[in-house]
Amino acid sequence: MHVLRHFDKDIEEIKAHLLRMGAMVEDSIQQSIRALLEGDLAMAEQVIANDDRIDQMEIQIDQHVIELIAKMQPAAGDLRFVATVMKITPELERIADLAQDVCERVIEMSSEPAIKPMTYLPRLAEDAQKMVRDALDAFVRGDAGLARAVIRNDDVVDQLTEESFRALLTYMLENPRNISPAIRLTFIGKYFERMADGATNICEMVVYLVEGRMIKHSAES
Amino acid sequence: MKIHVQDFDFYYGDTKVLHGINLDVPERQVTALIGPSGCGKSTFLRSINRMNDVIPEARGAGLIEVDGKDIYAPGTDVVALRRRVGMVFQKSNPFPKSIFDNVAYGLRIGGVRDKRALAATVERSLQRAALWNEVKDRLREPAMALSGGQQQRLCIARALAVDPEILLMDEPASALDPIATTKIEELIWELKANYTIVIVTHNMQQAARVSDRTAFFMLGRLVEYAETNTIFMNPKEKMTEDYVTGRFG
Repeated sequence: MHVLRHFDKDIEEIKAHLLRMGAMVEDSIQQSIRALLEGDLAMAEQVIANDDRIDQMEIQIDQHVIELIAKMQPAAGDLRFVATVMKITPELERIADLAQDVCERVIEMSSEPAIKPMTYLPRLAEDAQKMVRDALDAFVRGDAGLARAVIRNDDVVDQLTEESFRALLTYMLENPRNISPAIRLTFIGKYFERMADGATNICEMVVYLVEGRMIKHSAES
Repeated sequence: MKIHVQDFDFYYGDTKVLHGINLDVPERQVTALIGPSGCGKSTFLRSINRMNDVIPEARGAGLIEVDGKDIYAPGTDVVALRRRVGMVFQKSNPFPKSIFDNVAYGLRIGGVRDKRALAATVERSLQRAALWNEVKDRLREPAMALSGGQQQRLCIARALAVDPEILLMDEPASALDPIATTKIEELIWELKANYTIVIVTHNMQQAARVSDRTAFFMLGRLVEYAETNTIFMNPKEKMTEDYVTGRFG
């Protein structure tokens, strides 16, 4: 009873495009973590240079989706897919921007005295990275259960961000020379926390895609 | 509920074409009937004002109530029913008469002779059908001289002239160009302030645009009936999803 529609090809293309963008964003996060933990400035520069390509991909996906709406007038699951893509791409683009922000702070810190208050940051960064990866997996597999698990983990990341901030505050109180690098690390903690927020937003849209329910701003989110 | 349908079956001879339809149509809302050709939606529409009675060997079983009264009950005045439940067809079908006489036709059949009353009703009906401004200076000209879209609005004015409560529309815009279609859709949107409208359409975007509730028919059965937003954004039945997304072959 089913017919293969031209529309299905478009949907598969958009999905593939979005996944390529997602992979690039994941790479940026991964590289920003390495730049931070290893002080790898070349890596930091690389992340900053790659951001333009991610921005371009966002524009291309947007154009493809708008063309699809104009020509196909999607309904039901197709409509939810298109709406989800339009919400997910800017989230991914913002996450990439945050990875770029991490790298900019890393470069700034290279000319300052080094401090070692990394206690919570590596875990925070890894959690944020995993949430973004799981959010993309949830989208690809249409897995609302995984999406909900990611959303729940956002509280853990928020807690880690807070703990990271407190640890850095202690360093600042101990020695005023730590203030500048510690503030930059506080920013970096916030950037990872916002990446996790982005993953949460993506997952809210995955639940909408799969179940047709908007859980944003509800008790569930 | 303006229209209440319960376990309604319909047969052409021995062939059962509608199977146990259950559906309530709210007053002063637009209810769209969608589904592939031959799914029974037009048969169902025509059952609501007993237009199918004229087809030999066609018969219904089950209950259809308008305002709580069984319209198939013995002794029902079918002419009075059709006055309350008007109909507009796919192809505009003006009579070979003047614009005025087309709209006044039903009133004259109903015995209205007073010229002023006729003129007032004709004007009001043409205004409600959003045609008055285009024809007020040429009411005596033949209706056939109007464009397709105008003819269809004339037929709507003709249906409105006898003061119905319900309007049944069987693909009222399918033979019209996009501009005329938009006018009909706007008109449907305005008319629902005063009338209960049931519309059959093959154009799913039209159903999405004009209706409050949508019923999806398939092979003579009502598959899903819900608010139009639900049908087009998050239908419960897979068959509905396949149909509204065009996956249905």
